[in-house]
Amino acid sequence: MTDAAAEKSTNRSQWADVWDQFKTHRGAVIGMAFFVFICLAVLLGPYLWTLDSNFIDIRSKNQGPSFAHPLGTDQLGRDTFSSVLQGGRVSLAVGVVAMALALFLGALVGVVAGYFRKLDGPLMRLTDLFLALPILPLLLVIIMLFRDTLRGLFGPETGIFILIVFVIGITSWMHTARIVRGDVLALKEQEFVLAARSIGTPSRRMILRHILPNVMSPIMVSATLGIANAIITESALSFLGLGFPSDFPTWGRLLFDSTNFMTLNPERVIWPGLAISLTVLSVNYMGDGLRDALDPRIRGR
Amino acid sequence: MLNYTMRRLLFTIPTLLFISLIIFLLLDLAPNDPTGDLPLTIPPEVREKIRISLGLGEPIWVRYLLWCNQFFINEPLNMLGHMFNTCIGDCENRLRVSSWSTRSPVGDLIAERMPQTLWVVGMSYVIGILIAIPIGVYSAYRQYSWFDQAGTFVSMVGFSVPTFFTGVLMIVIFSVHLGWFPSKYDTLHVVTDWDSFVFQVRQSIMPVSVLALFNASQISRFMRASMLDNLNQDYVRTARAKGMTEQVVVLVHVLRNSLIPVVTVIALGVPQVFGGAIITEQVFSINGLGALLILGIQGADIPLVQTLTFIFAVLIVMFNLIADVLYGILDPRIRYD
Repeated sequence: MTDAAAEKSTNRSQWADVWDQFKTHRGAVIGMAFFVFICLAVLLGPYLWTLDSNFIDIRSKNQGPSFAHPLGTDQLGRDTFSSVLQGGRVSLAVGVVAMALALFLGALVGVVAGYFRKLDGPLMRLTDLFLALPILPLLLVIIMLFRDTLRGLFGPETGIFILIVFVIGITSWMHTARIVRGDVLALKEQEFVLAARSIGTPSRRMILRHILPNVMSPIMVSATLGIANAIITESALSFLGLGFPSDFPTWGRLLFDSTNFMTLNPERVIWPGLAISLTVLSVNYMGDGLRDALDPRIRGR
Repeated sequence: MLNYTMRRLLFTIPTLLFISLIIFLLLDLAPNDPTGDLPLTIPPEVREKIRISLGLGEPIWVRYLLWCNQFFINEPLNMLGHMFNTCIGDCENRLRVSSWSTRSPVGDLIAERMPQTLWVVGMSYVIGILIAIPIGVYSAYRQYSWFDQAGTFVSMVGFSVPTFFTGVLMIVIFSVHLGWFPSKYDTLHVVTDWDSFVFQVRQSIMPVSVLALFNASQISRFMRASMLDNLNQDYVRTARAKGMTEQVVVLVHVLRNSLIPVVTVIALGVPQVFGGAIITEQVFSINGLGALLILGIQGADIPLVQTLTFIFAVLIVMFNLIADVLYGILDPRIRYD
């Protein structure tokens, strides 16, 4: 090995190793490529495919795929392709924001419970309690009860967006909290923490500088699983008719609306469902690859 | 072990009371009006009387205690009395949790809907387990073979694709295009002879297989991981060295040990399956508990929604307890005392 190569290999950061391991997982790479593709498509798509998803052209209703409408049209002649693109924006936004909220709560509870021994018991009992709540029925109930109030406060679209993101976030932080707590408890026994404490590092800096960077890997794996979970939950709520209103399409809502026209226009059901499934599948594969890549026991091999 | 079980059992009581309080407060403090669905022409004083007749005039803690009394004492007593065809105490005048929209006791509504849900959910869970275990065993035994690769991929797909899409897709393919199975589940159908039995099987196939696929994909992943953990253990090498046949080693020694964590996962999954059935019931219009919950939510029928949500919570807490106790019984290494 030449000197340059040796120097290069010693300067490698941990994340370069993780990326190398991640690349060996074929499903994860395909999943990530596909997820990036979907994100780009829903972000840039509406600029390229300029047909408005709410434009009603009643004369061309319930059409199959054609050159003008690649995925056909719905019962009011609205273009399905632009609806799917537009719906994807909302679905992905809900997924990402709800995941971020759940991660924030989970990491906060996990780190605080693991770091401060006095709070460990109460916070973990709280986590157990949240795990015992029946999530889906409770989500339905909360949305039914608070929908109208929030709509009145923030307008029909923002109100329901805030509500759905909030309820999904607040009911899915528990697994992250448990994993993070376990890792923090193990970290606290290590020597670098003792060293940091011996030079008088205050708790706040201890957590931000020393503890948090070391629990990033479980948080990142939870992040991917959290996106998948949030997208599925949002679609399920919309599918049960308790999500977004129909003029503000999401993938779940589009699927729900098209089930009424299943005999007339069966192809229409496929597209939003396929979009949900492929997104969730790609995110799950990414999570699988990330978990392997971040596990030092596997990475060494 | 008995000590541990008793301690856990005692701990479930405050947990359940707390959850019931959360559900009660959530429904009660919500900014919506139970009489909001009634026509606007009703004058305000009549509306107030309706509210009082629904029991909303009392302070909140009185209503909570009354509900607790009805749910934890009156309903079980009624159920016992009904089971033995007798009357325990003052069964005629005993207050029961009653639905606002149908005016009948919530317990009766739930008892009416239970069999449909149990039939579909229970069957799909059993079939899911029966599919998942052999797949998990074989793909772990032949790790990285084409069967394992295919099995892992299929279980990833089954795990990722939501049931409301697989259900709708099945309806499109098998009901709309091929016309093999009915797209709606007829709950009034009674099995009397062979033909009606065949119809019952035909209408159950789609909902059961949708849920079974979802359950099987989850359980087979656990089964495979658990088998892989055990296949490299020392006792497996010892068993092989003793000259036992491969069949005995894998199917008796390894399988029995790998089933321990899987059994707890299966127990933990039961309440989730009930929750997931809400969606499947909606797809196939099955008249079960999930449909009852949706109906209650849409009709703002608070006692019904409260009781059903709480029953789901009871299921979760009970099966968590069962899973923990089972783990201790099956695996002597993890005794909690």
